[in-house]
Amino acid sequence: MADPQIKWRKIKNDLFKGLVVFLSLLATLPLLLILFYILRQGFSSINWSFLTNLPKPVGESGGGISNAIVGTLIIVGTAAVMAIPLGVLAGIYLNEQRNSKVARYCDLAIDVLQGIPSIVIGIIIYEWVVRTMGGFSAFSGSAALALMMLPFIAKTTQETLKLVPNHLKEASLALGVPYYKTVLKVIVPAGLSGILSGAILGIARVIGETAPLLFTAFGNPFMSTELSKPMSSLPLVIFNYATSPYEDWHQLAWGASLILILIVLTLNMITKFIESRWKIQF
Amino acid sequence: MKIRNILMVASTLLLLVSCGNNSSQSETEQTPAPKANTLIGAGATFPYPLYSKMFDEYSKQEGVRVNYQSVGSGAGIKQLQNKIVDFGASDAPMSDEELKNSPAPIIHIPTALGAVVITYNLPDNPTLKFTPEVLSGVFLGEIKKWNDPKIAQLNPGVKLPATPISVIHRSDGSGTTFIFSDYLAKVSRGWETAVGRGKSLNWPTGLGAKGNEGVSGFIKQTPGSIGYVELAYAFQNKMPMATLQNQSGNFVAPTLTATSAAANTDDMPADLRVSITNTPAADGYPLCSFTYVLLYQKQAYNNRSPEQAKRVVDLIDWMLHDGQQFNEALEYGKLPERVEKKATDILKTVTYNNELLLK
Amino acid sequence: MNETLKLTDANWSKAISRKEKGFTITLWLVAISVIILVMAAFLTLLVQSIPSIKANGFSFIYGRMWNPITGEFGALPFLAGTLLTSFLALLIATPFSIAVALFLGEYYKKGMMSQLLKNMIDLLAAIPSVIYGFWGLFVLIPIVRKLQIALDIPPYGVGIFSASVILSIMIMPYAISLSRQVIQMMPSDLKEAAYALGATRFEVIRKVIFPHVLSGLFAGILLALGRALGETMAVTMLVGNTNALPDSIFAPGNTMASVIANEFTEATGAVYSAALVEIGLLLFVVVAIINLVGKRIIKHLAYT
Repeated sequence: MADPQIKWRKIKNDLFKGLVVFLSLLATLPLLLILFYILRQGFSSINWSFLTNLPKPVGESGGGISNAIVGTLIIVGTAAVMAIPLGVLAGIYLNEQRNSKVARYCDLAIDVLQGIPSIVIGIIIYEWVVRTMGGFSAFSGSAALALMMLPFIAKTTQETLKLVPNHLKEASLALGVPYYKTVLKVIVPAGLSGILSGAILGIARVIGETAPLLFTAFGNPFMSTELSKPMSSLPLVIFNYATSPYEDWHQLAWGASLILILIVLTLNMITKFIESRWKIQF
Repeated sequence: MKIRNILMVASTLLLLVSCGNNSSQSETEQTPAPKANTLIGAGATFPYPLYSKMFDEYSKQEGVRVNYQSVGSGAGIKQLQNKIVDFGASDAPMSDEELKNSPAPIIHIPTALGAVVITYNLPDNPTLKFTPEVLSGVFLGEIKKWNDPKIAQLNPGVKLPATPISVIHRSDGSGTTFIFSDYLAKVSRGWETAVGRGKSLNWPTGLGAKGNEGVSGFIKQTPGSIGYVELAYAFQNKMPMATLQNQSGNFVAPTLTATSAAANTDDMPADLRVSITNTPAADGYPLCSFTYVLLYQKQAYNNRSPEQAKRVVDLIDWMLHDGQQFNEALEYGKLPERVEKKATDILKTVTYNNELLLK
Repeated sequence: MNETLKLTDANWSKAISRKEKGFTITLWLVAISVIILVMAAFLTLLVQSIPSIKANGFSFIYGRMWNPITGEFGALPFLAGTLLTSFLALLIATPFSIAVALFLGEYYKKGMMSQLLKNMIDLLAAIPSVIYGFWGLFVLIPIVRKLQIALDIPPYGVGIFSASVILSIMIMPYAISLSRQVIQMMPSDLKEAAYALGATRFEVIRKVIFPHVLSGLFAGILLALGRALGETMAVTMLVGNTNALPDSIFAPGNTMASVIANEFTEATGAVYSAALVEIGLLLFVVVAIINLVGKRIIKHLAYT
């Protein structure tokens, strides 16, 4: 029954599948190229002095990125402290009061916030925080990053809690547990893995952001742990060194990129681990 | 509706906060008390190789840490106007209008002499000669290829390829751009009318890179490109530098001697805001400039402590005297004695609550 | 008798209802603060743009001159640059995104290959923008330069084309994630009916799945577009930073986000800074609209 029509349709079918597979494999090419390139270039830069030294003046070798690593941890850590509680609470509200008018506006606001380009967030925080404080500061950088994390954490919290089946809540209320306790001790713990991975993913997303830090945290060639002063950070250092003409600064930038990517990958892996091992069980 | 009212009121409050920052009344702004021993400066990329060395040495000697970010002269001026940094840095002296728009008088202290060189990326790195006409022709986009007869005429014996010329300029507000455009406006009527002088220009051709760092990095990697950078950048990256024809007709290379010769002018205005491009000196390099540190004359603003004010003034005093020892090794000119003396005199007028800081 | 408060039923329920109130009020306050934050953000941008709106009016949108010296600010070069790079990036990314979405949502829904591909796409989204720019500078640009030399055009390397290529890689994960979901969630009875009638897989995809998920694909593309419009770092490192209308794909140009990053810290003068904030305002509004339309479509899908 070798009907030529059928044969032709089969050929088209196989060709299409081949095309899909081919394009999909091609799509992974940039990722592999980037990761291998950074690994190769950055690996040679990483040694103990690289991680513990401060940057050296132009033209002198042996500089390091210790202040950038510390700076990133402090700035992102502070942002997380600000954004996670607010975001989780907002997510809880959105899920619990989903029909109220305020919740609908809040949902809208979060969607808008999520889309704001990072550079525009930099402008906003410059006006609100940097001008008010009269100076660049790590805190303003954290504020900018917190503003970026907030909608993401709120959304993931809301989505996670949506999945918690209603009967848990109803059973708890039926047993006489007050509403606030039901939320805090029954619903939220049931969704804890999702909320946690949302928070960690939120951190992973902002840890590499440069644009909002350009005119808030500003950068600092020295080690600083004060929130009220400018602070260095890994993405800023990468940007400045990458666009410079000095070879050894390029090397530093590759090393810093490798460190940054390792941190981001680790955070992502932790998230996947939490999601797989710690599934919601009802 | 009640909720809507609350929302409007609250967001207006947040708005007023940022609006209040526009009216720069220094008395109403608060800064947290500065922790010991850090100064924040921002501005020109032109002197950055020198400043990064100077500040590193200064922190070793005096224990005061200077956080200088080379974000461009324009940004340095703006952040000083917003009172966000302790001092600014710019190769372009502030214009009368910029000074008028500043909340308080700002003084200019020159710290070094630098030269703007024309660098390019050609096979074999030849040293090219340029006259003002040919130079402005290239940057106006009128001369488009390297083997144009106008260039070839000036450089017999140099193998010029037939590639198009890629002009690289600054994408950020730059004192280096100001120096270069100031010179071109003086020597080329065409440039003066078409483009003018300034830190940010409406370039007729070419593409932009950030900072002296960006431009030199770019030229290094783009065959057939040409641009203007501070001498130290071309020198450190072993890039070729053109010799320019000065007012006397001599083709001068950007050496330290030629730079100092250009700075040997008698007429320095009282506030030291001067342009020394297109120097009449016979052996002077025509594209030189002082680079300035900028600060407020009255340092008692924004709850600044007297210690902080003294720190800034001491730093600049050091840069004017002891710091000069680092200039020449990094290819920057030392300040001529006359200028050093005048600058110190001006620095001595800085006050904190009407008390002189430098004795 | 004890003076201390006895834990009677009445006291206990008072205490509980106070905590209840506290809890609900806190939640409500948080929600309100988020709304206030976003409204204030918009208002801040609006108010700070006013000097520029007054000075430039509508010519801001179609003016081609961005001249800080004369104070004439027309944002057309940046609008053009943003639109060009974003749409070009979409053009490049869409075939790949749909292919991967089909791969993961239809052909290989389960299995190690699919997990691996899924993880790799997630990784693509995780790479910070500045690293994309850095890699682009040192790997992509030299390749584009060689291409330009072969085509006999100025070998800048940077320009609209390079920025678009990097952008397309960056937005792929966003387009893929939504598309994959809608393809995967397609009800099987429609597909099975088609198979029962003797359709090949390709025909099922083309004639049954696609029409059904078209709006979902469109929403995914919209979300990717929103992302592309606002992307700053990788673009500013690769686009050429030239404040002029690009005359060809390989010409250098500039985008709205990039010019803000370049010039914001140094804009002296009320109109100049306001002009940059106005660009930020435009970005804010355009991206907000696109995102909201995209989310609307998704919500629609959830109910059909």
